[in-house]
Amino acid sequence: MIETITQPWPWYVAGTLIGLIVPALLLLGNKHFGISSNLRHICAACFPSNIPFFKYDWKKESWNLFFIGGILVGGFLSAQFLGSSEPIIVHPDLAKELAGYGIDDFSGLVPVQLFSFDNLFTAKGLIMMIGGGFLVGFGTRYAGGCTSGHAIMGLSNLQWPSLVATISFMVGGFIMANFILPYILSL
Amino acid sequence: MENKTLVHSNPMDYEVRSLDTMCINESELKHPWWYNFKYLAVGVMFGVVFVKAEIISWFRIQEMFRLQSFHMYGVIGTAVVVGAISVFLIKKLKVKTIHGEDITFSDKKFNKGQIYGGLMFGFGWAITGACPGPLFAQLGTGVLSISVVILSAIAGTWTYGYLRDKLPH
Repeated sequence: MIETITQPWPWYVAGTLIGLIVPALLLLGNKHFGISSNLRHICAACFPSNIPFFKYDWKKESWNLFFIGGILVGGFLSAQFLGSSEPIIVHPDLAKELAGYGIDDFSGLVPVQLFSFDNLFTAKGLIMMIGGGFLVGFGTRYAGGCTSGHAIMGLSNLQWPSLVATISFMVGGFIMANFILPYILSL
Repeated sequence: MENKTLVHSNPMDYEVRSLDTMCINESELKHPWWYNFKYLAVGVMFGVVFVKAEIISWFRIQEMFRLQSFHMYGVIGTAVVVGAISVFLIKKLKVKTIHGEDITFSDKKFNKGQIYGGLMFGFGWAITGACPGPLFAQLGTGVLSISVVILSAIAGTWTYGYLRDKLPH
């Protein structure tokens, strides 16, 4: 049993559990699954700066901050107690491609050779950590949601604008990963 | 449903929030703040799944965008199917919350931001290998440098709010 839990979980188990978050939040208090809104709540709480977009009662949305607090705790608990020490099994083609950029450490969920405080002030680190994060924050709010709000909650509620957003996420990701990221990784 | 979502003290508040925030449903009930711990519990489960199914792995996201692995498609696809069945049943059976309140849904309106912003988020997703949820899970697993990515994402959201009126929607 413990063995089963510490192994990486298959997609159908993970997908089912994530799908069940949708009814769980609805049943617990009529809350709609969505994560990127939290970035907005943090702005509204900490730096509203008289910008209309951030002038609302963020405390009414504080449930969502508890929710991401839970995600943080869940990440901590699984790393501490449910972890497998095995490195991630990476597709051979990807491993070969990354090796060409000098990335050969697959020990963590996040490649330590790209995401670290030491890398922050290199061109690559700056683009990936600061630039990438900025695009995530700007893009999700511009789109009105992220993978959870649009791709999972929006599609579950059969909202066609969410399908447009989801397709845009995927198109953007394909363009970046296949045509632009190779140049960034070569820096 | 319409009546329900219109119950707001400040019309401006509703206007701003309904445009793009996920949650515009307001509870009529006033619960003490610690009731929010139920959402923390759901978050913990979500965080564990994120880590255990390697959804927060930068490598899995790279494989997804290179069509080298079915894993992420399987996860998201299954989640949508389970979510859609749940929403269908909740609507069909008019299920109420555990506190006896109605469960409400609101339609999303199309705007060009879903395309422009969607593409931008896609770029960011492929670079950081994470959407907003996984960023918090990654930080939880102890990769402290991700805090920089999160702060930058908050700055990105702030910049969007600042430029909002000038952007095409």
